[in-house]
Amino acid sequence: MEALNIAIKSIFIDNMVFAYFLGMCSFLAVSKKVKTALGLGAAVIFVLTITVPLNWVIQEKVLKEGAMAWMGADFASVDLTFLQFIIFIAVIAAMVQLVEMVIEKFSPALYGSLGIFLPLIAVNCAILGSSLFMVQRDYTVVEATAFGFGSGTGFFMAIVALAAIRERLKYSNVPDGLKGLGITMIITGLMGLAFKSFIGIAL
Amino acid sequence: MSTDVAEAPIEVVKEPAEALLSKRRKRIVADPLNEDNPITVQVLGICSALAVTVQIKPTIIMSLAVVFVIVFSNLIVSLIRNSIPARIRIIVQLAIIATLVTLVSEFLKAYSYDMYKILGAYVGLIITNCIVMGRLEAFAMANKPYDSLLDGFGSGFGYAWIILAVAFFRELFGSGSILNVEIYEPIGNMLGVTLQTNGLMVDSIGAFMILGIIIWIQRTKNGYVEH
Repeated sequence: MEALNIAIKSIFIDNMVFAYFLGMCSFLAVSKKVKTALGLGAAVIFVLTITVPLNWVIQEKVLKEGAMAWMGADFASVDLTFLQFIIFIAVIAAMVQLVEMVIEKFSPALYGSLGIFLPLIAVNCAILGSSLFMVQRDYTVVEATAFGFGSGTGFFMAIVALAAIRERLKYSNVPDGLKGLGITMIITGLMGLAFKSFIGIAL
Repeated sequence: MSTDVAEAPIEVVKEPAEALLSKRRKRIVADPLNEDNPITVQVLGICSALAVTVQIKPTIIMSLAVVFVIVFSNLIVSLIRNSIPARIRIIVQLAIIATLVTLVSEFLKAYSYDMYKILGAYVGLIITNCIVMGRLEAFAMANKPYDSLLDGFGSGFGYAWIILAVAFFRELFGSGSILNVEIYEPIGNMLGVTLQTNGLMVDSIGAFMILGIIIWIQRTKNGYVEH
């Protein structure tokens, strides 16, 4: 139940894009068409649901102070937290590569639609950000998985909604200087305002 | 047949060394500040730009951290650019960036723990700041170390001034202060009214709006139109 709550919260209230500004680069760059936005969104959900629990295991069993106690008494006092950034990003990059190869092998159709987005994801801040938040908030493994999935879904919703708005926007008469990035930022702000109305929902 | 024909002296035509701050190099630094700004024109690095801009002070720390990481990662990658195999260049770049970011984070933890707490995960997120990766890919991989260093400074400061501008307005309107110095209160006392702060500015929404408006003004001034 707690896990479900975390998932809902990370989709609507603590939305990656609107509340934490994470994944903004790809959010702005790949939101011109709904179709590509769907592809990127799906790939983000996929990668987040895998990498957050994986990084949780690494954090709990290797990096945390005293986490290596399972290897014997000699390792009980080892603290490797300073390696956190480098290990997390390596895990993410490796996972993305692996996922890409697996998809290419087993589902060429899915690869066709997700493939080009996967390398982009390695440097999407939403992915690394979720892993870092997961550590800050002391989740259990189930909660971490729910959080990963929820954050991914939140990003998916945000980017698809923005893409839909931007497709319509092509027909409006926006001032020259505001075209493109400017109006997109302001729309994102308004969408964030709308998402604020979800504050307080809990199961 | 004598062999005393003097060997033609190998002519050493020394090209005049480029001035330390030649016109071209000045452009490398100046372009990203305005016309080719990483945030407002190239649309890079927005992720971390907005999260830390509620107050000016953490923003200054964040800008310094980003400038440091961009400059040194540019320099290091440029130094070893010829020995990085193309296939694994992304992971090499990520490893270099992550190492530098770890340095910054440990430094903050040691000397300014308050700031470390405020900036939190966002220091770590400099790793995935697209400006850093973008400059490495687009510039450092193909240019000499000194030029890359300058490019790093240009992009770093181009990023810094935009987020400082955002932070200035957010702190002024959202908290009624500048660098934690109360502005609204004395003015309100002088006029005999209570000036209300705008809660929206403290929230993420204010950041989006302010940045949108800054982009609007800057692009109108430069005449840059996106199609």
